[in-house]
Amino acid sequence: MRHSTFFWFVLPTATAMILFIALPIISVLLQSVHAPHQAVLVEVETCTPLVGCTVETTMDQEATKALRDAQPLGRFVGLDIFFDRGHLAVNEVKKIINNSNTWNEIFTQLSNLPFYRAMAFTLTFTFVVTPFVIIFGFFIAIGVNAISSYFKGLVIFFSLLPFVVTQLIGALVLFWMIDSRGILGSAVQWIASDPNLSLKASTGVMWLSLIIYGIWHAAPFAFVIFYAGLQTLPQDQIEAAKIDGASRYQQIRYIVIPHLFPLITFVALIQLMDNFRVFEPIVGFNASAHAQSLSWFIFNDLGGETRQLSSAAASSVLTIIGVSILLFPVLLRTWRDFREQT
Amino acid sequence: MMKKLFYSVAFGFTLLFGVPVFAGCEISARVSIVGNEFPAIQTVGAGAQECTGASVETNLTSEHQKINVPGMQGNPAEYTSAIIANSSIVALMNEDVIRPLDDLVAKYGKGLQKSQLIKIGDNIMAVAFMANAQHLMYRADVLEEIGVEPPKTYEDMLAAAKMIRDKGIMENPIGGAYAAGWNLAQEFNNMFLGYGGSHFKSGSAQPNVNSDAGVNALNMMKSLSEYMNPDFLTHDSNATNAEYRAGNIALLNMWGSRAASQTTAEGVIDAVKNNHSIAGPMTVGGGSTPASTLWWDGWTVAKNISDAEAEATFIAMMNAIHPDKMKDEKIRTQAVWLIDGYKPTDAAIGVFEAAKMSTTPYPMLPYMGLLHTALGNELADFMQGKESASQALSDVEAAYSAAAKEKGFLN
Repeated sequence: MRHSTFFWFVLPTATAMILFIALPIISVLLQSVHAPHQAVLVEVETCTPLVGCTVETTMDQEATKALRDAQPLGRFVGLDIFFDRGHLAVNEVKKIINNSNTWNEIFTQLSNLPFYRAMAFTLTFTFVVTPFVIIFGFFIAIGVNAISSYFKGLVIFFSLLPFVVTQLIGALVLFWMIDSRGILGSAVQWIASDPNLSLKASTGVMWLSLIIYGIWHAAPFAFVIFYAGLQTLPQDQIEAAKIDGASRYQQIRYIVIPHLFPLITFVALIQLMDNFRVFEPIVGFNASAHAQSLSWFIFNDLGGETRQLSSAAASSVLTIIGVSILLFPVLLRTWRDFREQT
Repeated sequence: MMKKLFYSVAFGFTLLFGVPVFAGCEISARVSIVGNEFPAIQTVGAGAQECTGASVETNLTSEHQKINVPGMQGNPAEYTSAIIANSSIVALMNEDVIRPLDDLVAKYGKGLQKSQLIKIGDNIMAVAFMANAQHLMYRADVLEEIGVEPPKTYEDMLAAAKMIRDKGIMENPIGGAYAAGWNLAQEFNNMFLGYGGSHFKSGSAQPNVNSDAGVNALNMMKSLSEYMNPDFLTHDSNATNAEYRAGNIALLNMWGSRAASQTTAEGVIDAVKNNHSIAGPMTVGGGSTPASTLWWDGWTVAKNISDAEAEATFIAMMNAIHPDKMKDEKIRTQAVWLIDGYKPTDAAIGVFEAAKMSTTPYPMLPYMGLLHTALGNELADFMQGKESASQALSDVEAAYSAAAKEKGFLN
């Protein structure tokens, strides 16, 4: 392809990618190294109903406006926000490491810092949910592929439902079921004959519920991809294997899995990314007391009465870095395979 | 047959147009309102929509505070008015997105009471229309059965709860909006002020919650939670009220704005309908200031809109809080209105009692929102018994300080 043809060919894609991917990321990066100006505060008389007039502190609008007009981006703070307690908590971590004697002590104290507490949950969630999604998805695909074509449509439809139902709604349904007055919550109380047993009050059970929910929601996604892959299965190889006397297990192990391997990599990539950004279930389960994630931090920073844009931007950048680290081994492997082939 | 049809159509029309129409509200520019979703605010939104001549849109949602600032920062702003409370006006003031109303009040503000005008410095920044506070709600029949008066202090509440449990009437008789996040932080604020605490070192943005008052407040909350549904950390006001309406709890500290709907919502059992009672807020730890906060709700007008839109918005909002509305029995019970001509109903006792007992107003400080967020995130660990009260409070102060540094309130 001539260079000019290539240029015009990729121009629309490249423009869209710059507009919708590169620019927002640059904007987030810029935002994360800037913070709002020092607040100019004044004391003024404030009159409110039932209370009357009192002297209260408020922002000096004119002085603040002058500061904002002079430097619309805010003040440059470098990596301060990345290093503060709400994010990497560099000073706090140093102090913990210096003052603690055992690993156990270090871990307990680290888990008191929001970022590390969130990482503990997010990484557990990611590394438990991803393999299970792939395994379940694979077995559902194999199973569905084997049933009579008469039922296939119906079975595929029902298998897809968890993925079709909006994440938040799916999470709410399970949330109400495990409520102490919900069907599962009451059942557990009845079985344990302890009316005060609460599934929602225990961090461990909450993590387990979130993980089960995550697998339930994403398994159909893996299933659809694998099922599509199974349709391109080389039938002659399978037949040859059958003639050679290969068992069903051997067929799957030596023909199906190698055939599907690129798809498994793909599902793993997408799932690692999605699970690292776990968010809806935490909101749906009202689980923020037990489990948090970087995405939840962003939501929380932007949802308070005072919005913390810079803090949210820093969390976004950390998410991008986190996803890159997670995907690095998979990407590296794909690249090596590619090099070996060429 | 035709006659029947005629009557049913006529009846339908009466339903549609039968609401009292208030004397002429004509506007000539767009009005768009964002606000919370509880019944009184729905009434205000509907009142503004009675105006004709231009479009009046409302977006009333419990997530209003997430969208009002971004929706008013553009130029022109999407929302021409935000319905806010004393906590949420601060965010609008900090971002400078609402305009002073002095000239509009002078021109169109006839009939407003002086106490409705929220003055900050030299400017009127909002028009208040209702007051609110959290106070006691209880089941009269249950208290009668154990033979105690409605509790005046949280210590009495605990004692009553113990008796109710010991008598086997209810397993978890206390309700509270203790959901991790905003609600839990608000319950802490109540208790902390009741113990005489103040959130900041005087005259500065330095946090001051890690104190005796803070530790006492947390310990009291922990004691109360032992008489609550074990899922209490996920219960917001809606979930708490559902427990009350289902007859599962007998004592709760709840918003006055929810008092009237406790017995009228769907699925309320008869025992609750017949015995729902309210009283003033409780005190705690021998203090005389109630463990509660005083609130007002009001409306503002956006800064980044044309003067014509600002005028139309002001006229429509004035129509929404017209004194004639106070003649409607249903509207009257919805809130403690600050509007001229309002005669208090039984549902208003709690809030009036709160005002009479000089309940502290929710702090209207530029950095209070950050402390509230920090409290909401960090207190759940203590409530679950994972850490000590003073550790939780020192976490709150550390989280707040990081946020306040970012926002330029602390160095």
